[in-house]
Amino acid sequence: MEPIIQIKNVTKTFIGKDNQVEALKGISLDINKGDIYGIIGMSGAGKSTLVRCLNYLEKPTTGTVVVEDQDLSTLTEAELRKVRTGIAMIFQHFNLLMQRSVLDNVCFPMEIVGVKKQAARKRAMELLEIVGLKEKADAYPSQLSGGQKQRVAIARALANTPKILLCDEATSALDPTTTKEILKLLQDINKQYGITIVIITHEMAVVQEICSHVAIIDAGELAEHGTVEEVFSRPQSAAARKLVFMVDPKAKEMSGKRCIRIVFTENSSFEPVIANMVLECKAPVNILLADTKDIGGIAHGQMILQLPEDEMAANKMIHYLQERKLEVEELKDYVG
Amino acid sequence: MWDNATIMMLVEGTFVTLYMTLVSTFMGYVLGLPMGIALVITAPKGLRPNKIIYKILDVIVNIVRSIPFLILLIMIIPLTRIIVGKSYGPTATIVPLTLAAAPFIARMVESSLLEVDHGVIEAAQSMGANLWTIIWKVMLAESRTSLLVNATIALGTILGYSAMAGAVGGGGLGDIAIRYGYYRYQTDIMLVTVVLLVLLVQLLQYIGMTISKKLDKRTR
Repeated sequence: MEPIIQIKNVTKTFIGKDNQVEALKGISLDINKGDIYGIIGMSGAGKSTLVRCLNYLEKPTTGTVVVEDQDLSTLTEAELRKVRTGIAMIFQHFNLLMQRSVLDNVCFPMEIVGVKKQAARKRAMELLEIVGLKEKADAYPSQLSGGQKQRVAIARALANTPKILLCDEATSALDPTTTKEILKLLQDINKQYGITIVIITHEMAVVQEICSHVAIIDAGELAEHGTVEEVFSRPQSAAARKLVFMVDPKAKEMSGKRCIRIVFTENSSFEPVIANMVLECKAPVNILLADTKDIGGIAHGQMILQLPEDEMAANKMIHYLQERKLEVEELKDYVG
Repeated sequence: MWDNATIMMLVEGTFVTLYMTLVSTFMGYVLGLPMGIALVITAPKGLRPNKIIYKILDVIVNIVRSIPFLILLIMIIPLTRIIVGKSYGPTATIVPLTLAAAPFIARMVESSLLEVDHGVIEAAQSMGANLWTIIWKVMLAESRTSLLVNATIALGTILGYSAMAGAVGGGGLGDIAIRYGYYRYQTDIMLVTVVLLVLLVQLLQYIGMTISKKLDKRTR
């Protein structure tokens, strides 16, 4: 796999009237062709600045960004504009042209590169069909729901057959159901057209849902990166642990006894592991947190269990889980 | 008073007023629209920040706007003579009217363009749009409703100015109102001209608002 985007030692400092803000403090990252790469962090961590460095909407203060073997810092304005036609972007607030119909919105990027009107309209209709909004071609953005607007934005982003799609908090303004639909659409696009997708988000759920890789940005620094599975099952940095263990505050009240965290990565989702364990050990457990999903017949996710007071039963349970190739981690002072 | 000559005079006055207003507004936009665009583009947070150009435009606009129209009218009589050849009459009035309108229009264009959502401009940039495309197809196209509402306001203001120009022989309804109503104490003629001016403003306002509503696609 060759990297399509190489970020090398990128820093970005915003100079204000009487203060300086270091938004990015030396970030290096490779994103491979065909990846769905999640960049996650708390708000203000610098992830939106980072994604804007990828198409040079923000010029890094130092460091280089190489996209498809082109160092963006060496390009002229005109060359940069040309590169940008191959890097599409979608936004949290959709950013559609409100005075243009849906069809004309999708035509807009093609107008920029000089596609003939007839051809552009034909392609726009095809794209609207892909995103399932063909019948809304003549509507205006104000007549659409948030999810529909983002679909139009996605159709618009695909207009010039980009190699890369940058998503800046693209689902943050949408409800959970719509978020799932949009993520599914992005996943389809990635599979079907091989477009590399970079997703900026503050929601772990989004990363878990579709990303292959993830980078965690914390206070302008790269805290951790790797495949989603790696980072999710063995978070190393404090920032990663905070994001992965995002726990219901209520769970805190029940803590204090022996707690364990189990990570599901390869178990069949058809096997009721916890229920079997309880039957086998004949002792109850308290599920403090459960966040699992079925992905292609395999259970993915994590659970935090409070074990019974009885040492024997507790040890037996840990043993039982380890036997079933689950990762078990004892949480010493689990407070979430 | 309602003889044919008077009626003809009033009809002609109405047309002369309309002529001055429309031509001056148009010329005002020829000057003011680029100025307004330049103000937005060169502003510190604009697409091509340029402190010098921005400051110069900003100061010019403020200076011209703070000179009362009647004073401006008299001050630039030499300039008017050079351009039109004489300093009185409707066509001559167009010169000071345009000059007074341009900075006012520039400010209104500026405020309309600043209303355009920055995210949409960013989206266009991310697609590789050049400056011209962004100005033309994003900024002006997206703010067209606001631009038209402001153009309607500009028309009304310039119509008022044109009536003021009547005081120094500018022609049109304002001229008639002053000559007959003020100098000859023919209050009835003055009232009729005022009514005509009110009707003109109403008409222009109505047309402007109707078009801008038609063009606005933001509401369901």
